[in-house]
Amino acid sequence: MNVLFFGITKDIVGSSEISFSDEFKPVNVAELKKQLVESYPEFSKLNSLAVAVNSEYADDNVQLNGNEEIAIIPPVSGG
Amino acid sequence: MKKVIEIVDVIDTAKVYAELSDANSGGICVFVGAVREFTNNEEVVALEFETYKAMALKEMEKIADTAMRKWSLNKVVMRHAVGEKGVEEPVVIVGASSAHRDACFEACRFLIDTLKETVPIWKKEKFKNKTVWVSAHP
Repeated sequence: MNVLFFGITKDIVGSSEISFSDEFKPVNVAELKKQLVESYPEFSKLNSLAVAVNSEYADDNVQLNGNEEIAIIPPVSGG
Repeated sequence: MKKVIEIVDVIDTAKVYAELSDANSGGICVFVGAVREFTNNEEVVALEFETYKAMALKEMEKIADTAMRKWSLNKVVMRHAVGEKGVEEPVVIVGASSAHRDACFEACRFLIDTLKETVPIWKKEKFKNKTVWVSAHP
């Protein structure tokens, strides 16, 4: 599963994209967030942590099969 | 109805009038966001913007479409810059034109407020001896 990282999350993980191994197979967005926070405890200190699936904001219950474009969206600060 | 939605390296503020102007619009309202020299009394050297471009453009389209449904608008522009920007440089420009001024004033406010809430763009403040991702931490 490939995950894109932006902003502060890119700095925390040290890369803009990570390919996770087969053991890392979250079934939905909630599980993905939980596993990321376990791997990168700094994520739990952020104001918010959203996930985009195929470039749309995705709720916790959105299912994942590993073929989507998944992106981690830390608090946005445009403008 | 004409929409201009863009992520660019440099914003040319001069061209927005031509983009929004048309024979049916008696009012044109534009907001420009620029780099301010001080944040909490600390001197800012530059701001650096990055984006998840494909998603940012989609979200900006949604905001423009929502504005068109809520108000009677003739044209809408939403344009955000990425990369490093120095003090006084424009970083975002949004605007709308309409027959009368109320619609474009209200829509313009909505465009920038919603952009700041939902569009995946991130800003890093560069001070003399540190950098900070804006809004990342409580």
